[in-house]
Amino acid sequence: MMTHRLFTYWTAVVLFILAPACLHAADFVSEQRFGADNEIILTYPAAVDKTIAQKPARYTVFEETDPDIRLEIQKITVADDGRKVSLIFSESLNTAKTHVVSVRGDDGREIESIQVKKSYLGYLLSVLISALLVNNFVFTKYLGLCVFFGTSKRKTTAKGMGVVFTIVMVISALMSWFFYQFILIPYNLNFLQIVVFIGLVSLTVQAVDTILRKVNPILFNSFGVYLVLVIANCVIIAVPLIMASNNYSFIETFMLALGAGGGFLLALYLMSSVRERLDLANIPPTFKGLPIAFIVAGQFAMAFLGFSGLQLF
Amino acid sequence: MANDKSSMQLIARGILSENPIFKLALSMCPAVGISTTVINGLMLGVAVLFVQVFSSVTISLFKNKIHPRIRIPTYTLTIATWVTVIDLALAAYLPDAYAKMGIFVKLIVAFAIITMRLEMFACKESPNDSFWDGLGMGLGFLVGMVVIGFVRELLGSGAVLGYDLLGFKPLLFFILPSAGFFVVGLMMAFFNWIELAYKRAKGKI
Repeated sequence: MMTHRLFTYWTAVVLFILAPACLHAADFVSEQRFGADNEIILTYPAAVDKTIAQKPARYTVFEETDPDIRLEIQKITVADDGRKVSLIFSESLNTAKTHVVSVRGDDGREIESIQVKKSYLGYLLSVLISALLVNNFVFTKYLGLCVFFGTSKRKTTAKGMGVVFTIVMVISALMSWFFYQFILIPYNLNFLQIVVFIGLVSLTVQAVDTILRKVNPILFNSFGVYLVLVIANCVIIAVPLIMASNNYSFIETFMLALGAGGGFLLALYLMSSVRERLDLANIPPTFKGLPIAFIVAGQFAMAFLGFSGLQLF
Repeated sequence: MANDKSSMQLIARGILSENPIFKLALSMCPAVGISTTVINGLMLGVAVLFVQVFSSVTISLFKNKIHPRIRIPTYTLTIATWVTVIDLALAAYLPDAYAKMGIFVKLIVAFAIITMRLEMFACKESPNDSFWDGLGMGLGFLVGMVVIGFVRELLGSGAVLGYDLLGFKPLLFFILPSAGFFVVGLMMAFFNWIELAYKRAKGKI
């Protein structure tokens, strides 16, 4: 037992000493990043030979999680100074995943393998932006429409509703994350997802209701009415379900819930602004009320389609 | 009250006078989200029908044992149980259709229409009547979904259930997800128009 531990210790020490040497080898390519949707850009410290660098056979690219699926390189372009090589793929890349590029020499031996990934902060922000705009829960996922049409008549109500939703959503999503990671997965109770998540959501709503009633009665009088509506809403239960199916980490879940709540607030605010103006407009009697609201929402949905493919980081 | 309503009346009420989608305007999310084809609408309609009927009967059977103060959580958990059943069953036997419907099967748990029927009908009436009421409401939802799916598929791709009816594609726009809002809005306006025209013809306005 003792020798085993010593052995581990010495291995660690040796690895620690050797590590800088290994890192040094990575300097063959000085910088790697994602370019456009289907592009990986490698930067070399010195100019490379164009004919050698342009051979597709010299590069193998795959996602770190599926090493068996090789991504097909469509063409390779080398910048004029010979330092920037961009690999262009036939399909767009899933930039949320880490990609591995392995470069081979003439004899087919691997010279180096490089990991291309986004910075974690950028990834978190992209989860947030995605939930907020690209996959807005109301306009592109079509969730929570009952409450959306019910409470978007006045701006003040819309704001209150959006804020309450965001709070409940964040709290219940984080609680669901704890339950999912520490109870449902370890005990193999995944089939209880729906029951557990809906229970947690109702619990959160009840807790916010009670706390708000005692701590801030004025706020409760203006927001309390909506709390009951929150339970029977699919937006709130959708967040934990998406979290579970994507296996998000704690911070990712937080970002998703914040984005979903913010997106709901945004949608409610936009819609209520339009509906306040619609009250003054001359609408045909058959379209009064819900029908015209649906058509306005359809136009918003089309506008939100414009966000698809948005990538900031 | 329970006895003077025949089963047929209960079903007709769910489909026509209290249609969940067009009259009560509840459970709009799937009506907009996945009603792109008739078959999608039909599948989700069947799932909702199943959950509605079984939760209605369950609550009605246990109505005397449920304390009024905890009735809402009880409804929620009952619905969640039946949704889990249909969710797992669909995932096991119809994986293709299940993948198309995505998260919406699980979201049946948050449908206002089911909770509303439990609160307004099943917790007061006998299991037998609750069964017919649940069947009526579920069928009403199913019919609504199929009608929306029919309109969208016909106008979007010119074909229904794979049979080419029109021979051309009138408006591809209708098959796009965001067109769901327009279709539902226009159909509501259409039903309002019929109602108004009917009232005018009778001289009520």
